[in-house]
Amino acid sequence: MAQLLQQLLNGIFLGSIYALIALGYTMVYGVLRFINFAHGDVFMLGAFAGLYLNKLMGPVLAAVPWPVAIGLVLLLSMLICATLGIVIELLAYRPLRDKPRLNVLITAIGVSLLLEYTGQLVFGATQQPFPALIPRTNVGGLGGLTVTTTQVLVAITAFGLMLALRFIVLKTKMGLAMRALSLNPTASALMGVNNSVIISFTFGLGSALAAAGGILYASLYPSIEPFMGILPGLKAFVAAVLGGIGNIPGAALGGLIIGVTETLVAGYSQQIGIPSGYRDGVAFVILILILLFKPSGLLGKVEREKV
Amino acid sequence: MKNYKSQIALIAALAVSMGVSMCSDSLDAYALDVMLNVGINIILAVSLNLVNGFTGQFSLGHAAFMAVGAYGASIVTLEMGGPLVRVFGGPGWFADSLTFLIALTVGGVCAAVAGWLVGVPSLRLRGDYLAIVTLGFNEIIRVVLQNTSGDGPFGGALGLKGIEPFTSFFWVFAIAAVAIYVIAALVNSTYGRGFLAVRDDEIAAESMGVNTVRYKVIAFVIGSFFAGLAGGLYAHLRTTISPEGFNFLKSVDVVVMVILGGMGSTVGVVLAAVILTVLNEFLRDFEQYRMIVFSLLLIVMMIMRPQGLLPAEFFARRRKSA
Repeated sequence: MAQLLQQLLNGIFLGSIYALIALGYTMVYGVLRFINFAHGDVFMLGAFAGLYLNKLMGPVLAAVPWPVAIGLVLLLSMLICATLGIVIELLAYRPLRDKPRLNVLITAIGVSLLLEYTGQLVFGATQQPFPALIPRTNVGGLGGLTVTTTQVLVAITAFGLMLALRFIVLKTKMGLAMRALSLNPTASALMGVNNSVIISFTFGLGSALAAAGGILYASLYPSIEPFMGILPGLKAFVAAVLGGIGNIPGAALGGLIIGVTETLVAGYSQQIGIPSGYRDGVAFVILILILLFKPSGLLGKVEREKV
Repeated sequence: MKNYKSQIALIAALAVSMGVSMCSDSLDAYALDVMLNVGINIILAVSLNLVNGFTGQFSLGHAAFMAVGAYGASIVTLEMGGPLVRVFGGPGWFADSLTFLIALTVGGVCAAVAGWLVGVPSLRLRGDYLAIVTLGFNEIIRVVLQNTSGDGPFGGALGLKGIEPFTSFFWVFAIAAVAIYVIAALVNSTYGRGFLAVRDDEIAAESMGVNTVRYKVIAFVIGSFFAGLAGGLYAHLRTTISPEGFNFLKSVDVVVMVILGGMGSTVGVVLAAVILTVLNEFLRDFEQYRMIVFSLLLIVMMIMRPQGLLPAEFFARRRKSA
């Protein structure tokens, strides 16, 4: 029982990170109807931004209390990645706004590879240790459960950001415009929404969440490299599809489900006879099942393609 | 009177590859190796072109089908190669060839079955999903192969060693010629118009009574079959294979060839396969920049010239004016 609870907890921590990344996929899909393949690499750049900020601002960070230091690193990385996301959209995706979706998809793959290999050139191909943002101690007591301070930090930040996002989408003018755009781009433009600005804003928002996800992921698994974004990115995408792509609460739910399932499979690999090396395959099996039985996702609406 | 131009071209290509193969011993070993690589990449690019270019289904898992073919063929020659050669009255040129043919066919059929298994569920869905499912399939194949037991027939993470070097110039270019012929003949037939219809407008095609899922699956199965053959050839050329060699990046390599050449243009895709393979040899010293150049190429091509360097229209126009 204790083991099950422990695995569930670990799954929720991992899943909340997947959820953060999945939100970016789902928002971009909502406004542009395409899958931003490069999203996982923005996540990687977020982790690296955190690493370098930590190195560069070492003295400053040491002088301020730790919650401020964490907030500073997190916010600055999010800012850097948000800018990057907006630039990517401007240079690579905007010229293809009215082109077939396949072209945009190929471009996105190109951007993804470009970020990975430029990252390899700049950061080096080797694994780099990620500094602990807060001292790693066990704070869990109940029934012998292990909960580290890092995990608490991950959970608080992830859920805080999701609440912030919910506020932005539901209570602000920008969020209203985003929802209008995803419902009908032509109508929203006629109503005075500047679609281009909203798309840039969405990319910025999604990339900022990915950056936060990157730093949190790097805090849980403190070893980062330029290709670290591929698998979490893909799993987060599966999470977005599972929840119903384009649906924001769905992405969060999907992320949690993927995180928990994956952790359970890895944790009980011996009992169910699946080698733990297959944990990375779990998400894809879920993807294929969901596409077969409920392609619109758990919370998504069925969308008919019209001529 | 029926026009047999393409059949004659096929036979000529087979004869030429046979002829070159006979004197391949006098060729420079390195040059021969590069040529064989070119040939294998032509098979990969042309077969992916059927899926991506002619049918408009974006697959990112071509390397996975290549892997299935490579492992299928290698296991046949490694586990049953000796007995088979003896059955055919070997060892000798004839028995070796027959064994290799069987191995390649087994590899190709395994890949085709894998293509069917992946295609049937995912091809009911729109393009971007297919890209991710095939990418995921690519990863699953790699992960599964890596996690097999090291003593088993799949060899685990280290892969398979000591595969007989059966691949020769003839095999590579004969299969390349057959692949080009089969795919061109298929697409240009009345039946094959369905592929183009699915690509150009799926909804319109469907309302005209074209069974779009069926066409997509057929394109996928045939593409996977040839990718499997290419995998078998690759395995029996390198004599060692490992799961890492068939990763996502190998798939991207083939995708770049198809896009550079022009999706749906067989000539363009073949030329792109030749150019990129040879270019790769020259860029060996700049390995870390290679993928940066490739990825920039993808982005710039899509923005500036999405139809590729030598699109199908380029040839169509010339033929009309001539």
